[in-house]
Parts: sequence; C-alpha cells; structure tokens
Amino acid sequence: MKKLALSDLNSLYSAINEKMKLYAPIDINGVVNYGEWDKDAVVNLNKMTVKSAKDAFFPQCEDLSNFKKDGKHIIVEQGELVKEDFVIFGVRACDVRAFHILDTVFLEGFLDTFYEARRKHGIVISLSCTKPEESCFCTTFGIDPAEPKGDVESYIRGDEIYFNAVTEKGNAFMAQFDSLFKNCDDKAVEASKKKTREVMSKLPLSGLSTEAFGGDKLDELFNRPEWQALSESCLGCGTCTYVCPTCQCYDVRDYKTNSGIKRFRCWDSCMRKDFTMMAHGTNRPSHMQRFRQRFMHKLVYHPANHNGEFSCVGCGRCVAKCPVSMNIVKVIKTLGGNK
Amino acid sequence: MQGLELKLKKRVQELLDNGTIDAVIAWTKGDFVYDTTPAIFTKESGLDGFVYNSFCGANLSKYLVSQIVSDKKFAVILKPCDTYSMNQLITEHRVNRENIYIIGVGCSGHLDIEKIKNQGISGVTSVIDKDNNILINSIYGDATIEKASVLLSKCQSCKGSELKIADEVIGEGLETPKCDSRFDGVKQLEAMTAEQRFAFWKAELSKCIRCNACRNICPACTCRTCVFDNARSNVTAKANATEFEEKMFHIIRAFHVAGRCTDCGECSRVCPQGIPLHLLNRKFIKDINEFYGDYQAGEVAEQRNPLVNFTESDIEATVISDKEGK
Repeated sequence: MKKLALSDLNSLYSAINEKMKLYAPIDINGVVNYGEWDKDAVVNLNKMTVKSAKDAFFPQCEDLSNFKKDGKHIIVEQGELVKEDFVIFGVRACDVRAFHILDTVFLEGFLDTFYEARRKHGIVISLSCTKPEESCFCTTFGIDPAEPKGDVESYIRGDEIYFNAVTEKGNAFMAQFDSLFKNCDDKAVEASKKKTREVMSKLPLSGLSTEAFGGDKLDELFNRPEWQALSESCLGCGTCTYVCPTCQCYDVRDYKTNSGIKRFRCWDSCMRKDFTMMAHGTNRPSHMQRFRQRFMHKLVYHPANHNGEFSCVGCGRCVAKCPVSMNIVKVIKTLGGNK
Repeated sequence: MQGLELKLKKRVQELLDNGTIDAVIAWTKGDFVYDTTPAIFTKESGLDGFVYNSFCGANLSKYLVSQIVSDKKFAVILKPCDTYSMNQLITEHRVNRENIYIIGVGCSGHLDIEKIKNQGISGVTSVIDKDNNILINSIYGDATIEKASVLLSKCQSCKGSELKIADEVIGEGLETPKCDSRFDGVKQLEAMTAEQRFAFWKAELSKCIRCNACRNICPACTCRTCVFDNARSNVTAKANATEFEEKMFHIIRAFHVAGRCTDCGECSRVCPQGIPLHLLNRKFIKDINEFYGDYQAGEVAEQRNPLVNFTESDIEATVISDKEGK
C-alpha cells in the first residue's frame, strides 16, 4: 500500500496529465461532473457527480463513421477508436460496478469496438466512500462502498490518501508514479473501511430488498396495476436515464453536413416517445408503458439476460436528481411491498 | 406546516366524500422529508401517503394538461406562484376550468435540498421549518441554518403571497423572508458586453445534458409533440453533439414561451446541471415590460399578451433596435 498527502494530490494529477489524459470529478460553481483535468480545474472528491462516470467509456455522443461522395463512389470512413491510455480518477464503488454491467452489454456476445477500445485504455482509480449520502443504497446490490475495486483503489483518511493496486493494469500505473508515493501499511485504511460500513448499515435505504424482482418475475410484475399511479407522477424527461451509470441504450442517427453524412450515436432514453420506434409506429404508445420499460429493464430483463444481475447499482443519482422525486427506490418499495 | 397538511388532507377528504371532486393532484411522501412526489389521489386510492411540507415546491398545474381529455373533476393544490400558470393554461385552453377545483394554499416559501447540501450538510434525515430557521438532523450531526439561504431560487424572488385564482383558500401566506429583486440577474447580464454575455451563456448551456426536464416541467410547454421530439425535424433533442444544438434548444424554447411564461421558475429548479434558465425567460419579460408596459402573464385568465395583441401604440421595431444600441 502507498500513500500521499491530500495536499500533494495536485502534483499527482500533474504528473499523470503529463503522460496521459486524466478525468476527475471537477467542480464548476458547485456542480460536480467528471471532466478532463487541467491545471485550473477544481477537483471535488466530496460531492456526488451529477452524471455518472460512464461517459469515460460510453460518451453521451460519439461519431461512428463518415460517408463522403467521391464522384460516383461513396467512401466510408470508420470513426476513430481510442488508442491512448487515460485515467479516470475518484470513481465510487457504485460506478465501478456499473462499468462491469456495461461490460456485460457491450463486450459479451456482440462486441462494441468503440467501448472495447476505451475500456482497454482506461485506468480506473476508484475512491472508497467515507461519507455516504442518505440516498445511497449500493449495499442492496451487494456492493461494498468501502472497497470500490477498479484498477487502483484509493482511500482518504484524515489528510492523507492511500492507494492500493488491484489489477495488473493498476500495478503498472502505480509503478510509473512510484517516486511520488510513500510506502505504508493498511491499518488506517482498515479503520476507515469499518467506519464506512457502519454508516451504510444505518442509512434509511439500507434495508431495501429486491426479493420481489429478478429475471423470472416478468409475469408477476408486468401487469401490476401500480404502474399506472407510479407513472402518473413521472414527467417523462430523461434526467434519470442520463444521470444513471448503467443506462446503456443509444440511438444511431445520420446527420447531413456540408461535406457528407456523419453517422453518430447518442444516449437514448426509454422515456422518449420515439424510443425504439419501428416502421409500424406503435413502439410503446403510452407513458405508463415507457415508464414501466425503464424499471422492468433494470430489475427483470437485465437479470434475465445477464446471470441474474440487476442493472441498478444504488448510486442514488436518480433519487437526488428526479425533478419530481419519482425513482427506482419508490418503484421497488411499491411493487416489492417493502416499506 | 403540519397543521396545514392536516387541514388540506381533511378538506380534500371531504371534497372526495361529498362528490365535489373525483380526484386530487397533490403530493405523496417519500423516503426522506424532501422527496415529495406529485401524485393523483382518488376516493378509491384513499389519502394514504398524502403530504404537504416545505419541500412541495413543484408546480402542479402542468399535471392538469394531460387530464383535459378526462371527464373527471380534479382538485389541485396550488401555491400563489402556481396560480399564474393555472390562469395562463386557462387562457390557452390547455385545461378544462369547469373540471378543476382549485385549492389555493398560503405559502411562505419552499426549500431547496440542493442548497442545504451545498452548505456541506449530507446524510439529511429530517428538516424542520421553524420561523426563519431550518433545523436539520443528519446522520453526521445536526445543524441550524437560516431559512432565506436555502429557499428555492424561485422563492427568493417571490412574486407575492396573493393567490390569483382559487375556489377556496387554506392557510395563510406570509412574505418570504428575503426577496431578491426579480430583474437583478437580468440587469447584470445586460451590463455585460456582448462577448461576455456570449461567454456566460456558452459556459452555462454547454452543461446541458438534453434531459428535457425544463421542457417537460414547464407549464407553458404544452405542445402535443414538441418540434425537438420530431425525428424528421433534424433537430431532435437527443444529441448534445455541438454546443450550437444546446443553445438552439434553449433559445427556441425561450422564444416559444415569451409572453406566456409566468416566471414560475420551474425550469431552473429542475435542471440537474444548475443552469439558470429562468434568466432567459426573465429577459423577455423585462423587455416586454419596457416595450409594451408592465405585463404579467397569468395575472388573470383570458388576457392577451402584448406579443399577440397588436395596438396602434405598439413600439416600432426601429425604436427597439435603437434601444439595443444597434
């Protein structure tokens, strides 16, 4: 285990940034989001980011290919894959688990080369939680916020930050910056983990149970009358889907530019009327059906297709950000019967 | 506030029981004190979970738009600022007034959980609104903070405690503790150079994630299908591909609601990225006031806004461009 004074973090950021791109939670007027670090950036490791860390591997918008006309021919240029290593710093346990969930979608079966390239080159430095929010419920999904995993785990204790490489990629990363760190034992870190776990067990959502959900629960849940009332509160905006670390639906569009056609993809949202629109035009015509889709996907369809794993990590972003406070916790409680 | 909740609940139950209404649009309680959710209660569903507390800032009038096709009679609980939106919706025939029973509720400002959290308080377990102070319990300790500092931004520039339309009134309104002058923010923007102003909006609007929360909550945005949802319009709302797209979305939206926006402040309240969208609308409101005389959308129902109401004394376009110094 290695450590560094918190006051020296900026030198670490600079050192990393000299070799590769660094993404970190950056505070702009009190709003924190992952962004590219530069020397003027204000890194804020204390506040939950508005958007999750998934942009690092699955950006909201990316170019897939360009089509250009050359006389009677059409030239197809593939979009560029990421070729250089980069670091994403300060990722919480919930977002690290979300990367795994995205992996099961983008890397198993059909291989998404754009995602794969980013995953291959991305080094995840996670950060153990010390002050979970009341809206956190990651333990419901078997996540331990005290041990966030990733390539390198980090822990803040007092005015120091401790680092522990977890993977080979993490070891190689740490070796590059060895001169900045001091060697240490893991006593302080163990104490910190214990404290975090104690806080988690006391949080208001700590008892949330997913017992009523799972890949085999389609018939029980699909026609439940409660969907109607739950969906009546929902505005049908895309806030929950866009701040969610595991929502992975996207749309592919062609855009006519002055010099040809650009094919891009961007995040989609099941809340939108044209989501998965097909020629027959009746994808999910009612708001209730669209609302139901989001939660059935996370709590039934995803586990049915991916070894029983739910595609929610309990980060609480939708709990904090929904304009009308309708969220997955309320759906789980209403349909699962646990108050 | 608890007394008010009891009074509202009792009255709503009476209205349901005596058949005055079939349903009520109100709030249901959540897992914390601050996550109240707009909900429809009926006689069948009962009023289990009914809540009214300091975190009922959401403007419920928009929820009536989707009920225009219903022949049910709805009660709705409206705060003074929400009543402007109701008047505007009535003016635009987007709600059916005959089927709406408006319960006006006295208001002394609602709270913003984000502002509480921005004061470094996390793990909030309870919030008590007491006079001009807010007492907060959290899993990391207790705190007392000044109410004015954590009011919703829209409450900090409150338009007043008078209800503009109501079938009955419950509770007494008080002036909010401290009011910013409504147009201060716009004046600051006007004082900037064009380059500074452009940089300001570029920085703000580039934060947009195209979630459409501002549009979907807006009581003035009632198009059945928004142009930004039309796949054939080539301006679909999904991609935040270029900064131009975000600007176009927000500026077009501001133009579309100009003269109709009541300044309810919901757009800024719901923005997950904290973009001060209300400033765009307030600029239009300030301009309309200056060009055509003071005008408040939603002040009364059935009024015509100056932008759709030609009079011979209307300001000339050249005067407007002179005023802008071009």
